[in-house]
Amino acid sequence: MKATFLLLSVALTCLIASASMAQDGPAAPTSDVANSAQTGKEKKIPVEIHGFLLGDVAVRTTGERPFKGEGGNFVLGEGRLRLDISGATRSGKGYFVTKGDTFYDAIAKRFAGELREGYAGYSRGPLDLRLGRQIITWGVGDLFFVNDVFPKDWESFFSGRPMEYLKRGVDGARIRYSGSSLNAEIVAVPFFTPDSLPSAKRFFFFDPFATVRNQREEKPAVGAANTEVALRVYRKLAEYDVSVYAYRGYWRSPGARLDNLAAPTTATRFYPELSVYGLSAQRGFFEGVFSLEAGYYDSRQDRSGRDAAIPNSQWRVLAGYQRELAQDFTAGVQVYGEIMNDYRAYRDSLPAGMPQQDRFRGVVSARLTRMLKYQTWTLSLFAAYSPTDNDYFLQPEVSHKLTDNLGVSAGANIFGGKSETTFFGQLNRSDNVFFRVRYDF
Amino acid sequence: MRYTTLSFMLLMPVLPCIHAFAQNKPAATEIVQKSQEAFYYSGNDMKSNVTMELITADGKKRTRVLTMLRRNDPGTANQKYFLYFHEPGDVRRMAFLVWKYPEKDDDRWIFIPAVNMVRRVAAKDSRSSFVGSDFTYEDISGRDVPADTHTLLREERLGDADCYVIQSVPKAATEYTKKLAWIDKKTFLPLKEEYYDAQNQLARLFTADKIENVAGQGGKKSYQTATKRTMKNVKSGHRTDVTITRVAYDIGLDDGIFSERSLQNPPQQWIK
Repeated sequence: MKATFLLLSVALTCLIASASMAQDGPAAPTSDVANSAQTGKEKKIPVEIHGFLLGDVAVRTTGERPFKGEGGNFVLGEGRLRLDISGATRSGKGYFVTKGDTFYDAIAKRFAGELREGYAGYSRGPLDLRLGRQIITWGVGDLFFVNDVFPKDWESFFSGRPMEYLKRGVDGARIRYSGSSLNAEIVAVPFFTPDSLPSAKRFFFFDPFATVRNQREEKPAVGAANTEVALRVYRKLAEYDVSVYAYRGYWRSPGARLDNLAAPTTATRFYPELSVYGLSAQRGFFEGVFSLEAGYYDSRQDRSGRDAAIPNSQWRVLAGYQRELAQDFTAGVQVYGEIMNDYRAYRDSLPAGMPQQDRFRGVVSARLTRMLKYQTWTLSLFAAYSPTDNDYFLQPEVSHKLTDNLGVSAGANIFGGKSETTFFGQLNRSDNVFFRVRYDF
Repeated sequence: MRYTTLSFMLLMPVLPCIHAFAQNKPAATEIVQKSQEAFYYSGNDMKSNVTMELITADGKKRTRVLTMLRRNDPGTANQKYFLYFHEPGDVRRMAFLVWKYPEKDDDRWIFIPAVNMVRRVAAKDSRSSFVGSDFTYEDISGRDVPADTHTLLREERLGDADCYVIQSVPKAATEYTKKLAWIDKKTFLPLKEEYYDAQNQLARLFTADKIENVAGQGGKKSYQTATKRTMKNVKSGHRTDVTITRVAYDIGLDDGIFSERSLQNPPQQWIK
C-alpha cells in the first residue's frame, strides 16, 4: 500500500516533469515580465539534476564493542551518491522534487538505496498541495523537539552524518493555506514512520528487554482511522512569529510489552497513541532571536499513567536565545524541560528493577558557531547538560570548504553521565569521532 | 585702483561659484540620503540576478549566484527583500527574507531546504560577511543614515564624474572608523567608497565599475544602476566582484511574495 502511494507520487512527478518539458516550447504562454526584460535567448532546461557524493566514517573511541556488534570500532563507514532531480512547470504552479540516495555501507557490506524525499506539488491561489515523501520541520528548538512531531533519525545524527539526515520524510499529503491574516498547514500521514533509534549493533544504549529471545515490532496499520494528522496555524502577531500546533498520531519511539513478566520470551515493541497540542513564538529581541515553545503530550493509551509500557502524558517547554557576539560568531542558549503527569501512578506501576525517571527532566544547551576566512572554515560546538539526569552530550565540529563544491568536516559525539539509563548517559560507551568528505554537483 | 580692479577681475569668476556653493550646497546628510535612495530604493520594486565572485589574493575563485527581489513599502522607508540562491550546491534553494525598517531592527528569516525549515535569524549581524563575500549584510541592503555623522569634505572629479566626497563616521563602534564616499553629483550613486580601520589605514575599497541606465517596466522612468561592483579587502587582497544582470524595475512585485510561503515555494516566475 505504501509502495502504491509512492508509485502514485512518482507518477504525478513524471506528469509534472513531462508537462514542464512540454512547456519548454516557444508557444508556452507566460506573463513573466522579468523574462521579457531579458536580452539573452538561452535555452532553459526544465529538469534540474544535482546532488552530492558523500563519504562518512565514524570510529568509536571508547575501545568497547557492542555484544554481537558489527564493524569493530567503526560506527559508520559509507559512501553515498545523492541524486536530486527537480522540475517545475513554467508558471511554477506544478513542481516535483526527488532526492534519492544510493549508498554502500562498508560495515554491513551491502549496497542499498533510500528515497529521502519524493513529492509532487501543486499551487493554486492561496493553497499549496504536496503529495509524497517529504521532510517537514516545525518548532523553534535547536535539537530539542516539542511540536516537531515528525520522524527523526537519531542513529544518523549520533554517528556523524550531516544534520539533514536527522530528519526523516513522512509519506503523506500536506496542504497549506497562505492568507493575508492567517496561514495554516495540515499534514495527513497514512503510513507511519518511526524514529530511527541507535541500533544495538553499533551503539551502547539502555534496553532492559534486549535479552528477550523474540523481538517483535507492531506498527500502526494503514487505514483512515490510523492516519496521523498534524495541524499548524501561524501568523505574525505584533513582533512575534506565532504558531499553534495540534497532532493526532503516535509516539515515534516504541514502548515494549512482554508476554510474561517473570520469564519473558517475547518483547513486542509498539507505538502508543499520542496527541500533542502546543504553541511557539519567536521574535527579534536585543539584537538576537528569542524563542519560546510549549507542548502538551497527551498519551492517549495511558491517560491514568498506570501502564509502565507506555510513556505518561507530559508537558514539554523550551526557551532559547540566540545572537551574534562578534562578526561571524554566533551563540545560542536553550533551556528545555519535560514534566511528567501522574508521577505517582508511574512510580507505583514501575516494575521492580527498572530505573526510575524523575518527574522533571531539565536540559540546558549552548551552541557556538564561529566562521573564519570568508566563511570557508566553520568551528562549532553543541553542548547539552541535564542537571536532573546528570548527563551530557558534546558535539564539536570543524568544517572546511576547499572549493565551492568540495568540503571536509571532522567532529566528535561525546556522551556521558552518572547513570547509563538516562537519555545521554546510556550512550556513554558510544563516544565517536567522525570524518566527512562531500562533493556537490 | 588698478590693483583693486585686478583683484576684482580675479575674483569675478570665483565669486559666483562660492555664492552658488553657499546657496545650493546640499547638506552632507541630504546627499547621503539621496545616495541611499539612488542605490537601494530605485523604483517601486526591483528584480535582479546577482553573481558574486569571491577571489582570494592568489586568484582562487568561489562563486555565488542568487536572485534578489526587492519591494519598497509605499509611503514609508521600509523595504522587503527576497533572496534566492542558485549556486553553489550546498546553499542551492536556500532563501532569505528580510523586512527592513530604518528605525528599528530588521525582521529576517532563512529557509534551510535540506530540512525544509524556516527560521528567524538575528538582525544584529548586519556587519557580518554576506555569504562569505567582502560585502556585509549592510552593504547589500543599506546602512541607516542616522547611524553615522556625515561631513561634506570636498567636491572632485572621479573619472568622468563630478562627485561629492562625503566622510561618514559611525556613531557607535563598528569594525571601521570612517568611510569616504565619492557620490556622483548627477546620479547620486556612490562610485567609490573607502573604509578606514582604527589605525586610519584603508581597509576596504568599494568601486562601482559599470553604471547602466535601466528602463522601468512601462517605460516611464529609468534608473541608473551599478551593474558591476567590487569590494576589495585592501589588507588581505581578497576581493568580491559583483555582476548584476536581468535587472528589471517597476514589475509589480506583489507584497505577498515577501512571505514565509515564498521561502518554501519560491515564486518560480521571478527567480529564474
